Amino acid sequence: MLISNMEVVPGKRITQHLGLVQGSTVRAKHAGKDLMASLKNIFGGELRGYTELLSESRDEAMQRMEQQAKTLGANAILNVRFSTSSIAAGASELFVYGSAVIVEDR
Amino acid sequence: MEQLIFFLVLLALGYIFGRRAEARHYRSIHEREELLRQLVVLPNRVPPTEFRHHDSQLVSGSVVISVDYFKTVVAGLRNLVGGRIGAYESLLDRGRREAILRMQEEAQVLGATAIMNLRVETSRIGQNARQGLGSVEMLAYGTAMIPPADPRS
Repeated sequence: MLISNMEVVPGKRITQHLGLVQGSTVRAKHAGKDLMASLKNIFGGELRGYTELLSESRDEAMQRMEQQAKTLGANAILNVRFSTSSIAAGASELFVYGSAVIVEDR
Repeated sequence: MEQLIFFLVLLALGYIFGRRAEARHYRSIHEREELLRQLVVLPNRVPPTEFRHHDSQLVSGSVVISVDYFKTVVAGLRNLVGGRIGAYESLLDRGRREAILRMQEEAQVLGATAIMNLRVETSRIGQNARQGLGSVEMLAYGTAMIPPADPRS
């Protein structure tokens, strides 16, 4: 499955547009990681725990989007965009969306 | 009295460790930017014609950086008088450049020569109840242009 955030794919032609596909996950903070984060708020620096957490959630959201595209019969997802938003205190939603298309070589 | 001492201790810790972490991070950023300068990153939506035979793949890099106590206090004071908050500016700058570097590193592993359609997203992590900025997440993503393996033009 070709995933790209561009509207065109070099060397390939879009033969069919199958519509919008999306994937999202809502992740809550871990109590232990939150303690580390509070300490880091004094010392500063990168929060590795959170970076990995959000990175994994993003991969999961992308997999859900890919699954949706596969059921539609697409072989590529174009124009992919990400969005992160804070839901409740301590939970963020990671949302990814794109257009499912069928591409073939030019 | 103890409150004041506690505050000053936190402030000193924040200042010392925060400045060290920032200096170290900027050194690392400068080194890696030197190495990855050949891998161009462009915000263009449509790739130039030289990439017409390249493969494309989504790449992304993200980082979550926290403020230190000193930055929080300085920003709080700025909120009284107004003006630029230089303390947060350096935080966001570091985060953005780090996210773009990680994205370039992922593209380099794939053998890409350029990244098109760069987008950068910023979002706040950390407590919403507290007034200051807890920590901020930067996500940079784009499409890596991977040259074809077989000898075509």
